[in-house]
Amino acid sequence: MSDYKGVMIVGECVECAPVAITYELLGVGRRLADSLGEPLSAALLVDKVGDAAKDAIAFGADKVYVIESPLLKDYMTDAYVGALEKLCQEVKPNILLMGQTPMGRDLAPRLAFRLGTGATLDCLDLKIDPQSKLMLQTKPVYGGNALAELACEKCRPQMATVRPKSMEPLPRNDSRKGEIINFDSKLDASQIRTKFVERVKEKVEGVKLEDASVIICGGRGMGGPDNFAPLRDLAKALGGAVGATRPPCDNGWVPATMQIGLTGKIVSPTLYIAIAVSGASQHLSGCSGAKNIIAINKDPEANIFKVARYGVVGDYKKILPPFANKIKELLKG
Amino acid sequence: MHSIVCVKEIPDPETPAAAFAIDPVAKRAIPAKDKPPVISPFDEQAVEAALRIKDAKGGKVTVISMGAPTAEKILKHSMAMGADEAVLLNDPAFDDSDSATTAYVLAQAIKKIGAFDFVFCGRQAGDFDMGQVGSGVAELLGVPSVTLAKKIEPKDDVARVERAFPDGFEVVEVKMPALITVSNELGQPRYAPLKGIMAAAKKKVPVWNSTEIGADASRIGAAGKRTNILRLYIPVRESKCEVIGGENEEDMANKLAQKLREVKLI
Repeated sequence: MSDYKGVMIVGECVECAPVAITYELLGVGRRLADSLGEPLSAALLVDKVGDAAKDAIAFGADKVYVIESPLLKDYMTDAYVGALEKLCQEVKPNILLMGQTPMGRDLAPRLAFRLGTGATLDCLDLKIDPQSKLMLQTKPVYGGNALAELACEKCRPQMATVRPKSMEPLPRNDSRKGEIINFDSKLDASQIRTKFVERVKEKVEGVKLEDASVIICGGRGMGGPDNFAPLRDLAKALGGAVGATRPPCDNGWVPATMQIGLTGKIVSPTLYIAIAVSGASQHLSGCSGAKNIIAINKDPEANIFKVARYGVVGDYKKILPPFANKIKELLKG
Repeated sequence: MHSIVCVKEIPDPETPAAAFAIDPVAKRAIPAKDKPPVISPFDEQAVEAALRIKDAKGGKVTVISMGAPTAEKILKHSMAMGADEAVLLNDPAFDDSDSATTAYVLAQAIKKIGAFDFVFCGRQAGDFDMGQVGSGVAELLGVPSVTLAKKIEPKDDVARVERAFPDGFEVVEVKMPALITVSNELGQPRYAPLKGIMAAAKKKVPVWNSTEIGADASRIGAAGKRTNILRLYIPVRESKCEVIGGENEEDMANKLAQKLREVKLI
């Protein structure tokens, strides 16, 4: 096991440019590599690399392994698992990280089983134990009610996926030096047992929930579909998005794509205004990454107040109109 | 068409936070008294996915679970929904499992059951949210996997699968037999009709142990684990909510907005 060295992250690119999670992975990867005194590398699996490898160096990588192939244009499990299996056999990383994204969630488990190692998915914190030098992996469990700290003691690489927006990227530094290595993974089309057909983007009005820095969320207490209109109005004023807990989605008041929670979207906005939301654990597991939760609820005992920074106890129907007006007034002034 | 569905019994995820407790030594949740364990919600949707294929194409649905003897209840629930057969995988040697050992036990059981067109799993268990077992079972069985499915349409030996994405969906085609993990976007699982509940009550659920599935002792339980839980704890959340008061709703609303401006949140 001692011949496994270094931290490797698997980046994600869209049209030759790394996406946010890649920089976040480089940020945490750099921190882990420095505490181990080992190098940080990035693996980029792309059809065309463009400047993405240089970007990865500027954001912390010592080495970038570029696997370029037309077979890697759209993410397909067998292609990516096969290519990374080859790369890991060659490089033997001690730690291998990816994002808790549609790609990472699919790739990490299958690759872990292929390599005969263990992975921890959806980590919020990663650090090196000073004594054992193992990577300690913290993830929420039981709908965010508890945290588990795990380690992969017997196998290598130690694998984890990290939740988007949970790690800080480093500032860009173009004077940073690094090496770019083209790696031939000897992929051939016969290895790939799934065929990509198409990507269908569903239209979302305004800002996407996952990207929003302000979210206005309506809960069971909203009472019906029409009551969501003032939430949209407020979200528009703040440049944010509207979400919902499970009951409004289950009741068909709003589309299921608006659901935030264990079985919905995981969000990490700066400002989260929860309106008539009780704060069930399955909902909180979707918004526990929010930096500031504001609760408006008529029940002073509601669980949401336990996680809120500011709260108002009262009927949202009477509070929301003057609140929205005041906000608009403040934003103008 | 033969579909095999893997299901897991978990503490009820709707347990209110106040009633949630853990055993830090055994490193697991203590089920709340008035909240019996349930089928993991994504696994119930996996059962639904298999039943929709049975509705459209005919065939058989077999449901398996590795778990405690109480997991018979979720197997009977799956049969009440419409599954034909069930097997419980129970052995003290399976205790202290992780994703690697769980996938191994399920894959061994599936090999014993025999030929299949699909294996369905939930996209993740609703307790530990790892989301690894499905892909692991596929790897061990040597079949392709498609995760996060919201719609599955088999035609001849190829299935067209829609994968749920945050901003829409992706369509892929996969050659069968294949393993599919099911996401909540699939839609509501059906209710078990009374007739189904009564029929399921009469059915026997065979129990297989490690010998019966031909398991290698070094790959199950603590010996086979690749990840180890060092610590399980409930994070301390200091309740430091500042409640904004006022003479009436309008006053409170104004003060809240001003507060948000003061702390530069708007």
